[in-house]
Amino acid sequence: MSDITKQSLTELVENIKNKKLSSTDVTKAFIDRSEKSEKLNAYITNDFTSALDKAKKFDQKPNFDFKLPGIPMAVKDLFCTKNIKTTAGSKILNNFIPTYESTVTENIWNEGAILLGKLNCDEFAMGSSNETSFFGNVQSPIDKNLVPGGSSGGSASAVAGQLTPVTIGTDTGGSIRQPASFTGIVGLKPTYGSCSRYGIVAFASSLDQAGPMAQNVKDCALLHEVISSYDPKDSTSIDFKRNHYGKELTNNIKGKKIGIPKEYRVDGMPKEIEDLWQKGIQYIKDCGAETIDISLPNTSYALPTYYIVAPAEASSNLARYDGVKYGFRAKGENLIDMYEKTRSEGFGAEVQRRIMIGTYVLSSGYYDAYYLKAQKVRKLIKNDFDEAYKKVDAILTPSTPSSAFKIGEKTNDPVSMYLNDIFTVPVNLAGLPGISIPAGHDSKGYPLGLQIIGKAFDEQNILNIAYAMEEKINFKNKITDWWIK
Amino acid sequence: MSKKDSEYLINRKDNQYEVVIGLEVHAQVLSESKLFSTSATKFGAEPNTQVSLVDAAFPGMLPVINEFCVKQAIKTGIGLNAKINKRSVFDRKNYFYADLPQGYQISQFKDPIVGEGKVILDMPNGQKEVGIERLHLEQDAGKSIHDLDPQNTFVDLNRSGVALMEIVSKPDLRSPDEVNAYIKKLRSIMRYLGTCDGNMQEGSLRADVNVSVRPKGSKEFGTRCEIKNVNSIKFMQMAIEYEANRQVDLIEEGKTIDQETRLFDTKKNETRSMRSKEDAHDYRYFPDPDLLPLEISEKFIEKLKSDIPELPDDKKKRFIEEFKLSSYEANILVSDIDTAKYFEEVVAKMGKNKDIKLAVNWITGELFAVLNSKSLEISQSPVSAKNFAILINLIKNGTISGKIAKTVFELMIDGDKDPQKIVEEKGLKQQSDPKALEALIDKIINDNREKAIEYKQGKEKLFGFFVGQAMKASGGKANPQLINEILKKKL
Repeated sequence: MSDITKQSLTELVENIKNKKLSSTDVTKAFIDRSEKSEKLNAYITNDFTSALDKAKKFDQKPNFDFKLPGIPMAVKDLFCTKNIKTTAGSKILNNFIPTYESTVTENIWNEGAILLGKLNCDEFAMGSSNETSFFGNVQSPIDKNLVPGGSSGGSASAVAGQLTPVTIGTDTGGSIRQPASFTGIVGLKPTYGSCSRYGIVAFASSLDQAGPMAQNVKDCALLHEVISSYDPKDSTSIDFKRNHYGKELTNNIKGKKIGIPKEYRVDGMPKEIEDLWQKGIQYIKDCGAETIDISLPNTSYALPTYYIVAPAEASSNLARYDGVKYGFRAKGENLIDMYEKTRSEGFGAEVQRRIMIGTYVLSSGYYDAYYLKAQKVRKLIKNDFDEAYKKVDAILTPSTPSSAFKIGEKTNDPVSMYLNDIFTVPVNLAGLPGISIPAGHDSKGYPLGLQIIGKAFDEQNILNIAYAMEEKINFKNKITDWWIK
Repeated sequence: MSKKDSEYLINRKDNQYEVVIGLEVHAQVLSESKLFSTSATKFGAEPNTQVSLVDAAFPGMLPVINEFCVKQAIKTGIGLNAKINKRSVFDRKNYFYADLPQGYQISQFKDPIVGEGKVILDMPNGQKEVGIERLHLEQDAGKSIHDLDPQNTFVDLNRSGVALMEIVSKPDLRSPDEVNAYIKKLRSIMRYLGTCDGNMQEGSLRADVNVSVRPKGSKEFGTRCEIKNVNSIKFMQMAIEYEANRQVDLIEEGKTIDQETRLFDTKKNETRSMRSKEDAHDYRYFPDPDLLPLEISEKFIEKLKSDIPELPDDKKKRFIEEFKLSSYEANILVSDIDTAKYFEEVVAKMGKNKDIKLAVNWITGELFAVLNSKSLEISQSPVSAKNFAILINLIKNGTISGKIAKTVFELMIDGDKDPQKIVEEKGLKQQSDPKALEALIDKIINDNREKAIEYKQGKEKLFGFFVGQAMKASGGKANPQLINEILKKKL
């Protein structure tokens, strides 16, 4: 079966359960394709040999009750994986091998999946183009020298390029949805507290969430069902009643009210994004749902708020990488000198920039003006959504203000890079779920995504809306295999 | 309550200075496991054997609050008559050090778990109230060991993450003696509550001492210096004395005092500047996003309140009322919970016809002396409360004299023997048969006729001689009261 890697997760699961395919067949197919895909630079670490062993073992004693029976999967290198190097895309963790497993990946292996390897990402998930990784930038399967987005760029590239059937990323300000949008795949950022943060290298604790990335909505729902769990090891994990997201998925969204926020019509937004949005509104209507114009008045403050809160938390979260206990250590004359050299050499420019910003906004004399004010604005942004949800069941916006850009195009313009997250960041600040689905192409043939934002813990609803729209949109990703050896 | 005569003042020429002291006490929470992890907290374990991935701050590790430590902090707050805050917040205090794996300490900054309270000190010239500003929970850091290797520093993370209560007093203390009384009172309360073992040698109780001076009568506070991490009451007192005098000298020389952090050098008995206010760390406190605010219900607090044992102040009041003890005696008995327990057990075992005063004298006298000489805590007393009570009753009912009792007590120490048996086996029972004693005394007077005549002629000192002879003749067992009575009659 030469088209194994073209199959969706749902098809693969079915074929393995029907014994039309073995785990070894599937695993081998994805390994083969991954090995031919070095140009994408999607992997930081591969675990192919051991993956094949595990697949063989699975086939010898298959358990078809699993939700991911013998399914190979590569994951973002921000998830700690036991005995497998975990770098967070940074030199400072280049030699770090955890003795423990993140809860989210543990959930995946517990359902029968097999680790293929660790996927490239922006350093400590700080970036929107996967250009800040110590292990080099990731190429988009969409086109040569195109960024796959970030920070889960390796994950997006690997799913769109069919190196892995599905994957997981993390999303702090858009790091799942933006790359999903750039590469023509589906990406879900769950409600804060839905997926455990235990064992995920922290960027900004109050914003970080793991989530699924897939070829289609159904696969995305199935994977979300596996990874979302209450975890007492994460104090911010929430014990709410979780749906069987895959099983309960329906395209019946008749009568749903979908809000269209006028503040997302930002200055300088390309016409093709506006057109896409209008098309999305039409699809919603075609599905029998209703659209309502709403206002989220504080939207314009979201990005500056995010760029205070996230770096502040990051500056503290990254203090542990000091060369003392694990990871990279530079030689120094004394303790302070060792710290300075370790962190100067161990962290890349973007990470250092954010540590500096974060340290600054928390400094005495600036705390009230920046961090405290940002927290207040964050509350206002959340209130905007609460207010809107009195009238609507979900909100439809574009995922990004533009399609993917060329590698190097925005490297020297951090602010323009940050603007990429303008539609995704408010969702993280409010702790809400958001999903990006591919909805069309721009004039260059690059994918464009639409974002559906839900109420807290209402993942099932936005998955259903995405599922219904997906059918109408009938998106086909233009993958030319340009990178294959 | 005249405070004047015992006021602690520093005198220079014509000027008198008052010393103002506030303490930040770090009390280790008595708990099997750490504040945010399940690692053990046993003292003296091999280095780095009680360290979890959370304590060593591995990537992706998250803190989870230990409910028991929260209960301990609330109980301590109740013991300090303090307000328990139903909502408190854990903050990160950011700084770099090799023994601080996270690069920040999780502490409570703006919203501590316990608010204002007070403790009462019993000073020689009366009671003194000391205000408590707050109590908050925080993690301890690890330990840097600099003297094991000439080139390298070693780090032991066993302490890393251990729960501490920082108890901040108001600047209400005025002398080294008050500091002594305050620390002892805090320790006593926490031991009663079982929330801190108060063991200063093991570092379970240490303090940062804030000292300032001001001219006597002034209402304004002077500039304070903070002496970091002093780990014995004696050193606290020495440090305060040195520091107050240093500050007074500066003022007398017309200089100003810099607000700074200082270290106490125990060998040289002096404080030294560690860092000035300008060099003070900017800790960049902010709420720890890994932890939700701590919300405590009224019910939770009420349940803990109902579990609070009788505390030293109440026990003292009861001892005075119920047992008619003096304030001084009651203080001695209640200051240590084990002493109070021992005393109450003795009282209970003495039964109906008991002499409490006698028991108190024997506990604070003979028993304390033995414990002292053997360096034992009262909980390790070689004489059980039960046998101790029997001994006191033997004195009370005249079976043995106080003097014989001391001999019996000596014998009891070895193996907690029953004093009744000792008295029987050694034949130490007091002679209280008047007829036998009269015969004995008749013989003595007969043998010492001349002295008897001298006594009758007015040489009253000789009475003692006859008592001595009688006691000697009885082998020390004669009831001294009876001897006195009979001698008076016969002479």
